[in-house]
Amino acid sequence: MKNRKLAFESLRSVLAIAISLAIALVTILLVSDMPGTALKAFLFGPLDSMRHFGNVLEMMIPLIFTGLAVSIMFSAAQFNLGAEGAFFMGAVVSSFVAVQWTLPVVIHPIVSILIGGLTGAVFCGIPALLKVKWGASELVSSLMFNYIAFFFGLYLINYFLRDPNAGAMVSFKLLASAKLPYIIPKTRVHFGIIIAALTIVVMYFFVYRTRWGYKTLLTGLNSQFAKYAGIKTAVVVISAQVIGGFIAGAGGSIELLGLYRRFSWQQLPGYGWSGVIVAILARRNPAYVPLAAFFLAYLRIGADLMSRQSDVQNEIVAIIQGVMIVLIAAAGFLEKAQYRMVFRDATRDLTNVGNTAREVGG
Amino acid sequence: MPDDAMLRMEKITKVYPNGIVANNEVDFSIRKGEIHALVGENGAGKSTLMRILFGLEESQKGRILLNGTEIKNESPHIAIANGIGMVHQHFMLVPSLTVAENMILGVEPKKGLRIDLQKAIKDTRALAEKYNLAVDPLAKVQFLSVGIKQKVEILKALYRGAEILILDEPTAVLTPQETKELFSELKLLKKQGNTIIFISHKLHEVKELCDRVTIMRNGRIKGTFNTADVTPTDISRLMVGRDVILEVEKDAAKPKEIVLSVTNLVMANDLGQRAVKGVSFQVRKGEILGIAGVEGNGQRELVKGVTGLERIAHGEVTILGESINRKAIKEIRNLGTCHIPEDRMTYGVAKEMTIEQNVLADKYDSQDYTGRILTKPRAIRDLSQKLVEEYQIKCSSPLQEVGMLSGGNIQKVVVAREFSTNPQLIIADQPTRGIDVGSTEFIRNRLVELRDEDSAVMLVSADLNEVLELSDSLIVMYEGEITAFFEDASKVSEEELGLYMLGIKHQTPEEIGGIVYEK
Amino acid sequence: MKDFLQIIFTTQFGYSVLRVTTPILFAALAALVSDRAGVINIALEGIMLITALTGVLFSTWFHSAWLGLLMAVIMGTLTGMLLGYFHLKLKTNVILAAVALNLLASGGTIFVLYLIAGDKGISSSLASLTLPKITIPLLDKIPVLGPILSGHNVLTYFALLSVFLMHYFIYKTPMGMRIRAVGENPEAADSVGIGVKKTQFIALAMSGMIASFGGAYMSMGYVSWFSRDMTAGRGFIALAAEAMGGATPIGSFLASLLFGFFDALSNSLQLLRVPAEFVQMIPYVATVVGLVLYTAAKRNQYQRMLIKIGRQLEPEK
Repeated sequence: MKNRKLAFESLRSVLAIAISLAIALVTILLVSDMPGTALKAFLFGPLDSMRHFGNVLEMMIPLIFTGLAVSIMFSAAQFNLGAEGAFFMGAVVSSFVAVQWTLPVVIHPIVSILIGGLTGAVFCGIPALLKVKWGASELVSSLMFNYIAFFFGLYLINYFLRDPNAGAMVSFKLLASAKLPYIIPKTRVHFGIIIAALTIVVMYFFVYRTRWGYKTLLTGLNSQFAKYAGIKTAVVVISAQVIGGFIAGAGGSIELLGLYRRFSWQQLPGYGWSGVIVAILARRNPAYVPLAAFFLAYLRIGADLMSRQSDVQNEIVAIIQGVMIVLIAAAGFLEKAQYRMVFRDATRDLTNVGNTAREVGG
Repeated sequence: MPDDAMLRMEKITKVYPNGIVANNEVDFSIRKGEIHALVGENGAGKSTLMRILFGLEESQKGRILLNGTEIKNESPHIAIANGIGMVHQHFMLVPSLTVAENMILGVEPKKGLRIDLQKAIKDTRALAEKYNLAVDPLAKVQFLSVGIKQKVEILKALYRGAEILILDEPTAVLTPQETKELFSELKLLKKQGNTIIFISHKLHEVKELCDRVTIMRNGRIKGTFNTADVTPTDISRLMVGRDVILEVEKDAAKPKEIVLSVTNLVMANDLGQRAVKGVSFQVRKGEILGIAGVEGNGQRELVKGVTGLERIAHGEVTILGESINRKAIKEIRNLGTCHIPEDRMTYGVAKEMTIEQNVLADKYDSQDYTGRILTKPRAIRDLSQKLVEEYQIKCSSPLQEVGMLSGGNIQKVVVAREFSTNPQLIIADQPTRGIDVGSTEFIRNRLVELRDEDSAVMLVSADLNEVLELSDSLIVMYEGEITAFFEDASKVSEEELGLYMLGIKHQTPEEIGGIVYEK
Repeated sequence: MKDFLQIIFTTQFGYSVLRVTTPILFAALAALVSDRAGVINIALEGIMLITALTGVLFSTWFHSAWLGLLMAVIMGTLTGMLLGYFHLKLKTNVILAAVALNLLASGGTIFVLYLIAGDKGISSSLASLTLPKITIPLLDKIPVLGPILSGHNVLTYFALLSVFLMHYFIYKTPMGMRIRAVGENPEAADSVGIGVKKTQFIALAMSGMIASFGGAYMSMGYVSWFSRDMTAGRGFIALAAEAMGGATPIGSFLASLLFGFFDALSNSLQLLRVPAEFVQMIPYVATVVGLVLYTAAKRNQYQRMLIKIGRQLEPEK
């Protein structure tokens, strides 16, 4: 029956994806004067050259990090939406390390990423602490912290790390020793993808194979049961968000060290929100995060190529994402079909439950 | 039956989806202008019958006649329109609204766009005066005492035109003074032509207040009498009794040293009232101490205190000589305590997790199942496989989600987990409630086996069969206090036990003091 | 310090506080009505964005700012209903549904903007209209108060009026009372025949409607164009303001005003060469601090009650 449920949930996901893609295709047909070109670029563009496929892979990297970060926070049933700010601040702080510290080649990015991660941990950890200590909603305060991170980060860059000789508001150049190397020729796919893969493995083991992960899942699914079993749920709730923040912060740092010569973001990059999409697609399971990230990255690169090669804009991805999340997260979507299936199983399996008359909940 | 009935429920049958028959061909009728008591043990089917009458549940069979015509109460709304009102045990009031606002909720009088609050206040006053139910229409409900809240509930039903009023254990939450007040109010209501159905366990109240009494047991009606014609003892005999006897074979207990010692324990309930009023008792190795009592007499709070789920307000609890007053739940468990919770879906399992994951809940940090970093899936798999076989849990595999199992099998998962740590002390709170006969028998036998292996068992149960069959010694809780102690449970008859459970009899402090073996 | 005071004690400053408070106030009231019904609406950000664009487009097409506003309000109400449908009918977690809606709004508005205006950043190619500013006779002659209070956009006055309308609605009308009952004790509401889901659906529709005034104000009052992501988190700030205001209309108004004050301050302080980014951060920090103080105070109150109960629980002598 477990397999049935899994099969059912997969069916729901596939249907949700199909419906949202269909809506996008219809939209393209409606708005475009050159729908053939547009569709081709959208659906197959990412596969037409090594460079384009490389774009998909490099886009996957930040999505994996924020996807993992959101997954672990949601696993503990904490609606902390601060991955966005943590990602940004992680990049800001690690750019200081990358510009101002002189360290040997391999050590430099490691230190930089770790410090970026710690920064992210602080930024996601504060809303967690405020919730546990004073009961302030982690949802609302993490949203505020995204903006605090953004303005504080810009302030740090513009006042302490800005290169006056550069034309725009950007930092000094990152030192070569801190950069992550490209690893696939003819693309910009950098070493970060290997770190991402390692992080996925570590997180998978963390969630499903360690007692800390177990405590997190248990607290997320039924916190009263967790308390009854002797788990200190406050500690679990905070640590899940601290870990999530660390991963998001490290992700920001890796994105910066892998793809940029200077810190040059003037807006929140939005990967925190994308992380929510990835986490939902992956059903909070780290093992599915790379699939979800790949799918989303593929969509986005496809849409980018389409907007370059035709008259359809890449923001069409927003429509696909929105419809997809809503339907996948919708317990009521296809509920009747699922109920019929479960009911059939249940009636078949139902053993004779005896005739002792007892009231339920009386 | 003479046709003087105002309301008649005929052949009502209700089977819950889990197969439990709550009402079995029930015939129940009331006359206009009477106060009619409906009594029965926990689980006898009283509440279900009333929920059907009030439109909260649907019966599979049977019909309801009001003044000779059939009515279909498909929702509370329709029941209200038919002149039936219900005062629930859990008040259905909105705390931040005033009394008058709660009164009119859903049927607001209007003046233009706004609520005509003046009219609401006036109506509330008039109604309160008519029935002598003193409430302040302008007071906010959250600041009212339980007794006043109940008056508001009664007024609310009357305001909606109720002529038949169902009161579900109204005195359970009241102080003696409040109860007295309630009774005079109810008598006044009767005098003014209203009809009242009074659900209760307290037989002296039934005697004092009601005209007739209907007794239910195991989903069936055991008879309807004029209260003047029967004694509380008669009623108790009909109410309390064993229909299906599950024999549990066991030898005499060989109690050893004291494991659990409770001294002057005071606990609060959710409303901040004293629910456990300074009880003392002890449980020894190798014995089962049964705690009998009608539900809601402080047992739940007692268990929460002993297991560390709620703060102890006053008094002391020690396990194997160590005070647990300031201990975390984990520390209490590490002393060798296990706990079968009363509400398995809230406290006993995470229903989205597999059997295997649920079994791990109390041993995720044990070295047998987790190394320095990684858990030991092989050991966990072996354990759950073993438990599934040993406890005969019906499932496709230990990887099945617990939520997909039947109630009895879910309870077996809980029991299997809790018993698998070789507990010194077992707190079993309603361990077989609402589950099938096979699982029930299994769990009861297991409890006895563990006793024989020298565990101390504290068994809380509202099921008379269960306490009488399983317990070596027995205490009865009534209104937060211990009212009786029987050193040898096998010498207690159910009639006698019933008298203590229903508050008709009370032992002397000296007799009760026998449950404390050592100071 | 002297410069600082000079900035605060100017009539322009007072005027700009009201100007920046307006959209937050609308959104806070929108948050309030759904929160009171027991549903948190974090889609306000997206709803404001959608309605800001709707207002611009329709005011261009109909050559009427008022019709633009009307269409924005209709659009906002529909979006609120859509969220209600997802949450109440399809049973999507309301936070996730709202996150989806926000993402959809952020990208979707740009998509539509490009289709119609041919630009991904700003709607300047469209001849959109703005809602009028109103000079209040007599009041505008009064020194100090006149320049602060008079000459605002019509929606600013409507926002202030809305505080009282919302107060009246939520506390004095049957629907308002039902919304509160549903949010506080759904079982109780259900037991007297009030449909819980229906009431929540209405509250979400209203929430969308009120937020749409905020959206329309952004593009037809605050400025006279639509630009991408122009709401810049105001929908989220409003949630905090509503929480800080204790979910009451007056409280939410004061909290919004506080935020407006810091926002206006950050605009002015930039003149003093205080780092702009640092100053822009202030409102958000202030909001978090306010939120924590409010919830901590509430929790303290509860703790005190528990202690009081604990005292009563000593055994009777």
